[in-house]
Amino acid sequence: MKSALLVGWIVLLGIVTLASTYTLSETEQVVITQFGRPVGGVIATPGLHLKTPFVQEVHRFDKRWLEYDGDPNEIPTRDKKYIWVDTYARWRIADPLRFYQAVKDEIGGQSRLDDIVDGQTRYAIASFDLIEAVRSTNREFELTEELQGIGSEEARAKIVTGRAEIEKIILDKAAKITPEFGIELVDVRIKRLNYVESVQQKVFERMISERKRIAERSRSEGQGRAAEILGEKEREVRSASSAGYRQAQELKGKADAQAIAITARAFGRDPDLYQFLKSLETLNATVDKETWMVLSTDSEVLKFLKGSSPGASR
Amino acid sequence: MAQDDGDFPGGGGSGRRRRNNPFDNIDLGRLGGKHLAGAAWLLGFGVLGLIAFLTSYYQVESEEVGVVQRFGAYVRTTEPGLHMKVPLFVETVTKVPVRRQLKMEFGFRTTRAGAQSSFAPPTSETRAESLMLTGDLNVAEVEWSVQYRIKEPRQYLFHVRDVPGTFRDMSQAAMRQVVGDHSVDEVITIGREGIAAEAKLELQRLCDLYGIGIEVQQLVLQDVNPPDPVKPAFNEVNQAIQEKERAINDAWAEYNRAVPLAKGQAEQSIRSAEGYALERVNIAEGDAHRFAAIQAEYSRAPLVTRRRLYLEAMTELLPKAGRRIIVDDKAKGILPLLNLTASSEKANP
Repeated sequence: MKSALLVGWIVLLGIVTLASTYTLSETEQVVITQFGRPVGGVIATPGLHLKTPFVQEVHRFDKRWLEYDGDPNEIPTRDKKYIWVDTYARWRIADPLRFYQAVKDEIGGQSRLDDIVDGQTRYAIASFDLIEAVRSTNREFELTEELQGIGSEEARAKIVTGRAEIEKIILDKAAKITPEFGIELVDVRIKRLNYVESVQQKVFERMISERKRIAERSRSEGQGRAAEILGEKEREVRSASSAGYRQAQELKGKADAQAIAITARAFGRDPDLYQFLKSLETLNATVDKETWMVLSTDSEVLKFLKGSSPGASR
Repeated sequence: MAQDDGDFPGGGGSGRRRRNNPFDNIDLGRLGGKHLAGAAWLLGFGVLGLIAFLTSYYQVESEEVGVVQRFGAYVRTTEPGLHMKVPLFVETVTKVPVRRQLKMEFGFRTTRAGAQSSFAPPTSETRAESLMLTGDLNVAEVEWSVQYRIKEPRQYLFHVRDVPGTFRDMSQAAMRQVVGDHSVDEVITIGREGIAAEAKLELQRLCDLYGIGIEVQQLVLQDVNPPDPVKPAFNEVNQAIQEKERAINDAWAEYNRAVPLAKGQAEQSIRSAEGYALERVNIAEGDAHRFAAIQAEYSRAPLVTRRRLYLEAMTELLPKAGRRIIVDDKAKGILPLLNLTASSEKANP
């Protein structure tokens, strides 16, 4: 009987101890309510804590950065391009008391964030051209040789705001609203950005035609370059052979001139003799089997036939 | 006592039991009651002690550290080995694998890693991860993987909830931001390394901003492709580039075949002209010398020599002619000299 009493006391002590203490993890913060009324503010120091047993209730809230993943939204940009925008955000319960009073728990918080973040995202995306939400800087694209001068107009469009700035606009505007729910919005980012199906088809078609253009140009460039090379070949060939011809003719001309000079100088001493010798030579070269020779008896060879005796001629 | 009785199987009234079971001993029951109370306490403390003992040490594996919390509050971080802690729920340990390299995949999933890794077929989830807009408002499919390490176990555990999910979101945002600033051609071909490096920097910047205690070690672009419907067009470009190269190469081949030949032929004609020139000059010199020699002798007796030369030439010449006709201006008509060969021999001086 005595030991049963002891057990009873121990159990009772245990229950009271459990009811009057609570532990707080590094990741938690609590609001204490007494009969539903908050007392003692926010407790965020991790460790073992005391409370009045049975009458005080502990409401735990996460202290960490919490996840928020927006639903993908179909939003038209300012230049009327329909895109899917999927944002994510990180937030934390900055004022658990207000949070508890305003939205009660995380599910309530998430649904408020849905309204706020989605709304601001929609508003921000709709007030900028698509390119502003895609690009962050105005860096020039690197181009390979075959891509030079090709590309959509949009590829060269300059941005003034840029993706990071738009994210910041969404964050700033949304973060102004959330404190009334005890929420601090710490970051909003565009996770995904895609064309809606119908626009995507158009973009694919554009990409295909752009590629075809590049291919076509590349081919004709190849043919053009080939023609150029062949032309150059023609030039080189003609220039080389004509230069050769010229030099050859010059050489020959010079030699001919030299030869003429040499012979003229020699033959000039007795032109008559030269003419005589040359005539003989020519005659010799002209006569062959087909030749009919008509010789006058007056000729040097035959004149003695006519006269009765040598030396009687003339 | 009533509790103790109840522990006996089939226990009812003690009298009935005595009747039914002759071996039953009341004294033993009374004696056991006292002992059992003591034994229950002992057992209680024993079990408690055993649990306390079992929860008073823990082992940290070589790639981990242990983060110890006392009543939820962080107290210390312990290195690999066997460690003591305050037992039961007072101190709890969370082990964090800080030395293990962790990997996350985007746009694809490896189902079995190894020499020949196998990959899961693409799902709508992986497709959504990989499909992204490029800076020239085209579309590319980018697959990448991130290798990372938990650098700050306290931040990793306590600062952000759902670290893997957050990291996944961050990685996608970072990659899309970087890809959004590059053209589709840069993404697919020339800019890959730069994009990976930039995305890694951006991701690390986000990690530091969020304080999730992660160090990004490597970000690798895996397959980067144009979307399927556009792929044939991209291949066509590659083909066209090949064709271009081939056309140019063919033209150069033709060039290389023709030009050296033409140069060689030009050189040949020059050489032959040089030969001609030498020949001409030599012949002229020869002729000149010969003439000079003849002329020198001739000038001594011009008339005689002249006649002699003429006749000599005729001697040589006349036999060569097929027909010879001798005419006399006094004779009427033409007198064919049929046998001139003989007569010319006769006419020889």
